[in-house]
Amino acid sequence: MLTLRRCTTIPLYARLVRYGFRKHATYVVAALAGAFTNSVFGILRAYILIALWQARPGLAGYDVTQAVTYCFITQAFIGPMQLFGVGLSIPERIRSGDIALDLVRPASLQLWSLAEDLGRAAYLFLVRGLPPMLLGAAVFGIYLPAAPGQWAAFLTGFLAAVLVSFAWRYLVALSVCWLLDERGVQSFSLVLTTLCSGMLLPLELFPGWFGEAVRVLPWAAMVQAPTDLYLGEAPVLDTLAFQAFWAVVLLAAGALATRAIRHKVVIQGG
Amino acid sequence: MVRTYALLAWTWTRAAMAYPASFAIMTVLGLAVAGMDVAVILIVFANTTTLAGFSRDETLFLYGTANLAFCLCDMFVSNIDRISQHIKAGTLDTMLIRPVSPWLQLAADRFLPTRIGRIAQAAVVLGYALSALDLDPGRLWMVPVMIACGIVIFTALWTLAGALQFVLVDAPEVTSAFTYGTGQLTQYPFSIYGRELVRGVTYVLPLAFVNWQPALYVLDRDDPFGTPEFMRFLGPVAALVLALLAALAWRQGLRHYRSTGS
Repeated sequence: MLTLRRCTTIPLYARLVRYGFRKHATYVVAALAGAFTNSVFGILRAYILIALWQARPGLAGYDVTQAVTYCFITQAFIGPMQLFGVGLSIPERIRSGDIALDLVRPASLQLWSLAEDLGRAAYLFLVRGLPPMLLGAAVFGIYLPAAPGQWAAFLTGFLAAVLVSFAWRYLVALSVCWLLDERGVQSFSLVLTTLCSGMLLPLELFPGWFGEAVRVLPWAAMVQAPTDLYLGEAPVLDTLAFQAFWAVVLLAAGALATRAIRHKVVIQGG
Repeated sequence: MVRTYALLAWTWTRAAMAYPASFAIMTVLGLAVAGMDVAVILIVFANTTTLAGFSRDETLFLYGTANLAFCLCDMFVSNIDRISQHIKAGTLDTMLIRPVSPWLQLAADRFLPTRIGRIAQAAVVLGYALSALDLDPGRLWMVPVMIACGIVIFTALWTLAGALQFVLVDAPEVTSAFTYGTGQLTQYPFSIYGRELVRGVTYVLPLAFVNWQPALYVLDRDDPFGTPEFMRFLGPVAALVLALLAALAWRQGLRHYRSTGS
């Protein structure tokens, strides 16, 4: 009986990953439009970094090409990691009450959402991630890792970053159950995520105690860590361990919140 | 026209005021979101004293002038961005049969009074820059002129973006590259950008007149790209040309609009 259940559970989540991918593949034009806008902003941001690196060559241990690459790779992360939003349907479902249906399903809400989100991230990595990189390569020229090991490290770090990003967004989404209005907490998350992840500027540039703090907070595991793995500027094992630590902490918090929301929903009467 | 807009905007404001705590939180958070751009400027200048020949306070002056115009338009006009949603939902048809200009209705659609926080933030930065820089008082008359021109240019851009969405119903985000992209572009001295890009946003799409060209006059500086002195004063002309173009595009879009057909 136990073996039978295991056989059906694993394909369930695998199928959900595929459905998440296909669901977003329907809106290819919208995704390409997003890629276009991300690319334009990439060019504008790249000029700021170029001017800064001309004034201070070698800042943060990067050369100019690496700084430009940093800019475009962070633009490429916006879609897959949903850096500007929550990217989950949970807040709407909490407000409409549909969440009660999700909670009675014989599958964990967290794993269910994670599987769909991984499918979405995989699709947006291709459609919204590659165009900014290609444009950056065409306009300015970008750094490409030569060693296969570096690519492997980057892809692993990217996957870990998506996990951390999902775990954080899941917590933000569930908080709606207690706060009832998602806009406030979403803006709050937007500020934390864009500022503290390295999305706006490399975290090495942040001065003083503020810089030291943001470099160890979970948001650094989303953008700064995988980018440094791509650029070959960080020790691979330490960086992956840092990301894994935050992924585990945030996913565990999400699991606890999922248990709490069960009680909360019952109290509200569905 | 102004009265109609004020009435529509006031309706949405009263709706937002029904939840005072939420209203206060959104205003403060809007301020924080807008403040991130200033944070980036401050962090950049924590690492260097000049960026492409411009100091921190000069950059904050450029940021303040452009962003004040941008945030005013973001509050009062940017709601036009939702036109593609109205086209898809069929609600644009309802607007067309009402006895008020559809442009006005769309600009006031779901008006967000909490954006006032951003306007205040831009005004504070501009106020700081004006007091920190030792500017020639004889040139300060240009500051209100450039902000007025900026407002016209951003309004025209959002109108153009709305008109484009008649064609790009499924890809409205493309237009953000022009509206929000211009907001980003004008935060920094144009001397950091490539020569071709600056040529493009001077002679093709006259975005350099939002703040760059007139600011060179206020700051009493030569253009690193060597444009002649008289171009500092072409802001109103550029704004007018762009506004006419936007009006034309908007009318064309509206004229060729054919509902969803169902």
